[in-house]
Amino acid sequence: MQVPARFEYERASSVGHALMLLERLGPEARVVAGGHSLIPMMKLRLAQPEALVDINDLAELSHLAVEGDELVVGALVRHARLLADAEAGRLFPILHDAERVIADPVVRNRGTVGGSLCQADPSEDLSAAFSALRATAVIQGPGGARTVPIREFHTGPYETAVEPGELLTELRVPIRPGSGSAYQKVERRVGDWPVAAAGAVLVIHDGVIAEAGIGLTAVGAAHFAAPEAEESLIGQVPGEEAYARAGALAAAHCEPQSDQRGPADYKRHLVGELVRRALARAAERAGRGGLR
Amino acid sequence: MMITVTVNGQAHTRDVEPRMLLVHFLRDELRLTGTHWGCDTSNCGVCVVHLDGTPVKSCSVLAVMADGHEVTTVEGLERDGELDTVQKGFVECHGLQCGFCTPGMMLTARWLLDRDPDPSEAEIREAISGQLCRCTGYENIVRSVRWAAESEAAS
Ligand SMILES: Cc1cc2nc3c(=O)[nH]c(=O)nc-3n(C[C@H](O)[C@H](O)[C@H](O)COP(=O)(O)OP(=O)(O)OC[C@H]3O[C@@H](n4cnc5c(N)ncnc54)[C@H](O)[C@@H]3O)c2cc1C
Ligand code: FES
Ligand code: FES
Repeated sequence: MQVPARFEYERASSVGHALMLLERLGPEARVVAGGHSLIPMMKLRLAQPEALVDINDLAELSHLAVEGDELVVGALVRHARLLADAEAGRLFPILHDAERVIADPVVRNRGTVGGSLCQADPSEDLSAAFSALRATAVIQGPGGARTVPIREFHTGPYETAVEPGELLTELRVPIRPGSGSAYQKVERRVGDWPVAAAGAVLVIHDGVIAEAGIGLTAVGAAHFAAPEAEESLIGQVPGEEAYARAGALAAAHCEPQSDQRGPADYKRHLVGELVRRALARAAERAGRGGLR
Repeated sequence: MMITVTVNGQAHTRDVEPRMLLVHFLRDELRLTGTHWGCDTSNCGVCVVHLDGTPVKSCSVLAVMADGHEVTTVEGLERDGELDTVQKGFVECHGLQCGFCTPGMMLTARWLLDRDPDPSEAEIREAISGQLCRCTGYENIVRSVRWAAESEAAS
């Protein structure tokens, strides 16, 4: 039987209260959202926080709405809710593509968007999706709120820009007219973490690629991004040739490790192929009118 | 820490350690052993219960997180001595063999039918995709859920 080590439990009633609790309980306290990464780690004693601050009651972190030219996703939005939200799926099909293959429906009922990003597992799917989308993270601390571009959010495996005593409150995703997006993942079995996965966002203006975002996960890509592949696409006419070149660049610049999910060269091969497919799908969606 | 959890409509107050998992609270504190406990790693789904009406894996939820909330277990599916249609479906269509996965399967099926009274086979398979059955090969589970859907549509 797996049982976590002893800890103190507090339930926060507002963001301010959560920050106060975190300050009082000190650096060994952790936030618990869905708990579906943290509690399994505590059961295995891979994590032994002295205290947990439960943020599940914070309705103020559960918003999911368009504000101006951004989609704002509260940190406590559950996977299932993001997947069920028609507007989010219309604006950013990449988010629905990714959510559909994250874990299983029951886990998705509980796990949160913020928890996924803060867990910063090197195989997290949403990290790649938000990296492709060039989202912005909003972090709240005792001194107020600050924003961090998603590509500066992850500071290493299981490490983020969220300092002890701070909360991730929301993600802001810029809405780009003329864009299309997609996510492609290969997993060993339904609901598993990716062997490799790639997300793509394309903005096409007057028949050429004006902006490109490519996110990668599980393959050792710094900041879950593929900047060389993105650059190669700018100014190009959308088409198989450009996608294949971008895929090859992404594959060349990531650093997959061999593990129980597969050998490194296979993962590298997958990156090339998944980037190519995600780009083709994103372009097709942009072409179908894409966003407005 | 004192917590009060409403389980199958009845409030239960207990003094528990924060580290107690919801599955053990239900099984060991309340003696509701219909909720099973399997992989302990959030993969198999035998521990599924409804938390505020939504299926969750209770091996990965702390009992203290359910304080002030409502839980439904398999024991709560029957009403006034009558089995839920989903339970009847499992009886009619031989939806179980050893029965280990069954409580979780039925709770997810109930939730599915409450949201979508006429799910396709693919939708049923997707809904239970986080739950493992070592016996039935899933065929009869899918049939049981379809039986329940059709029977509810007819009534
Ligand atoms: C069986 C299973 C399969 C899975 N498969 C996949 C998969 O295929 N792909 C995938 O990407 N993920 C997968 N996951 C992970 C899943 O997406 C989790 O929901 C997610 O990793 C964590 O979300 P959570 O809300 O449960 O976070 P928690 O476990 O509550 O927290 C995770 C970490 O983030 C911190 N944290 C949480 N919220 C905040 C916040 N607002 N501010 C600051 N810190 C915070 C916590 O302190 C903790 O360190 C899987 C999980 C399970 C159990
Ligand atoms: S015991 Fe909870 S998912 Fe297996
Ligand atoms: S009936 Fe035996 S595990 Fe499903």
